[in-house]
Amino acid sequence: MSSEDFGFLLALLLNGASIGLMYALIALGFVLVYKATDAINFAQGEFVMMAGLVAAAVLGPDGTWLIVAILVTLAVMIGFGFGLERVVLRPLLGRPVVAVIMATIGLAAVLRGLTPIVFGSATRGVPLPIGDDPINIGPASLPPIQVLGAAVAVLFFLAFSWFFKKSRMGVAMRAVADNQQVAQAMGINVERYFAIAWAMTGVVSALGGIIWGNMLGVDIQLALVGLKVFPVVILGGLDSIGGALLGGVIVGIVESLAAGYLDPYVGGGTKDFAPYVLMILVLMVRPYGIFGRRQIERV
Amino acid sequence: MFHREAGIFKTTYAADMALYPLPIAKWTVAVLALLFVVIVPLVLAEYYLSILNLIFIAIVGALGLNILVGYTGQISLGHGAFMSVGAYTAANLAVRLGLPFWLTLPAGGLMAAFIGVLVGIPSLRIKGLYLAIATLAGQLIIEWTINHVPAISGGAQASIQVPRPDLFGLILNTQSRLYFFLLFFVVLAIVATLNLMRSRIGRAFIAVRDQDIAAEIIGINIYRYKLLSFAISSFYAGVCGVLYTYYFGIANYEQFQLIVSIDYLAMIIIGGLGSVLGSIFGAIFVTLLPIVLRLLLENVGSLVFSDSELANVISGTRLAVFGALIIFFLIVEPEGLNRLWRNVRNYFRVWPFSY
Repeated sequence: MSSEDFGFLLALLLNGASIGLMYALIALGFVLVYKATDAINFAQGEFVMMAGLVAAAVLGPDGTWLIVAILVTLAVMIGFGFGLERVVLRPLLGRPVVAVIMATIGLAAVLRGLTPIVFGSATRGVPLPIGDDPINIGPASLPPIQVLGAAVAVLFFLAFSWFFKKSRMGVAMRAVADNQQVAQAMGINVERYFAIAWAMTGVVSALGGIIWGNMLGVDIQLALVGLKVFPVVILGGLDSIGGALLGGVIVGIVESLAAGYLDPYVGGGTKDFAPYVLMILVLMVRPYGIFGRRQIERV
Repeated sequence: MFHREAGIFKTTYAADMALYPLPIAKWTVAVLALLFVVIVPLVLAEYYLSILNLIFIAIVGALGLNILVGYTGQISLGHGAFMSVGAYTAANLAVRLGLPFWLTLPAGGLMAAFIGVLVGIPSLRIKGLYLAIATLAGQLIIEWTINHVPAISGGAQASIQVPRPDLFGLILNTQSRLYFFLLFFVVLAIVATLNLMRSRIGRAFIAVRDQDIAAEIIGINIYRYKLLSFAISSFYAGVCGVLYTYYFGIANYEQFQLIVSIDYLAMIIIGGLGSVLGSIFGAIFVTLLPIVLRLLLENVGSLVFSDSELANVISGTRLAVFGALIIFFLIVEPEGLNRLWRNVRNYFRVWPFSY
């Protein structure tokens, strides 16, 4: 392998890893909810889209009120998380898993339907004061937003790791996830922690929406990013925060390698295809993923 | 006659499984046959027939999905893709080999069944959430493949023009001709499903749904029946895709995207899981909803929105109302419209002596 080829490979790897960390940012929201409430959120992409739209609407084209926009987005998404748990998820407690899946699919449809009516169908930008000059790391030159996104993902990972291991709330949440009845018997308000988990997903989605919105622009297409969540969480393990991070990196790298090496032969688009093939293979061989609990029900 | 049953007096299994549980059912079927074969095509204008035709096609697909989701308890987010498999198989056969519809239709169904089984293989090891994600991956991979392989999709637009079906020299190019063509298949699909569910296979499906471990203990090979369910269900989906193709005269992958899978899931949830009548109600409801919404919004919405916004608002409202209805029915009436219909019917059945 010549040094030029090696440089190309390294650039692909770095680029893939940073995009992958941005996927992990979205996947974290999914994992949080699954970990605490056993609910599967098929509307994660729509959460991110909604957060991006709120941020874009507050920021406007100039992006002057950045702090305000971030705070408003956080507030809206936290409120949305709370409300959603109350209105949709709580009545479905104890129902078959398929019912919850369908409800979140319905929710995704509602959000996709309402956003173009409320916000219009034009693509909006989320301007952030981070400049456009690519950051050079070795042979790769990454756009600054990717570096920022990767940093935020890692930050969230560290924060949540601490939260679940050390904080009283985090330990309670793990107890709820482990066994709802026993947790309740120990005096933990299970419903309250369900609501908190959804609100935390709101926080992650808010940041995800701002960062992805800056990179791709916000319109209804942004919700498609949510489809990338599934390969990431299946690969990493549905209930593992570290798994989301590692899964994100792997999916990002697989995408990037597919785009770099396969696209010239098949005429493009393998980027959208490779993660799902990888996911099917993982589902066949190791459905609980790299770090997931081996609690999957076999039939 | 107006006599009604006064209780359940069945003494044999044959009576319990009869297609016509009551004598009045025969009359109902006869009246419906008269209505749909003679009166409807004579009375209704082309436009309304075209809506009925769309409903017929949707019923075929909804029945198929209900066999898988409602009766066997699996889940599929890939039915849109299975329809596209049927559609493109039939379109390629019809255009390249010039085959008539009575060959392309089963071929499309069989191809879809084959692909459906492939996608359904993960259901042998995993269920619930994991199966949903696996079928979602199936949907996305099939969509991508059709869009990116010109040998299947027939070129850059990924769409194939199909000649109108030809029935003994009669070319089915008007809505009323297509009406009889589609009516035949929808009746076939309904009767086939009713009979399937009375048979050993159908009851094995229901056993797998209700308690898979218990089903295995009483001697049902659940691997076989799960795959069989995927096969039958995707066969219906494939036929549904072929019918769409002949109806529109074109096979286009954009008609079969993820959103279609969700539309069909909405149909069976709104209509009623695990019920033939529910699939029919759901198909009618979901097909009519956008048409009614469009009518409403075009008349009322033009007061609030400009014309350019209106198209957006209509498609957005449609999606939002679908989603809201799915959530509403899941929370409030998980058995769907079929349950509401049964409540009404049971009320009048014993009326006026409701005790």
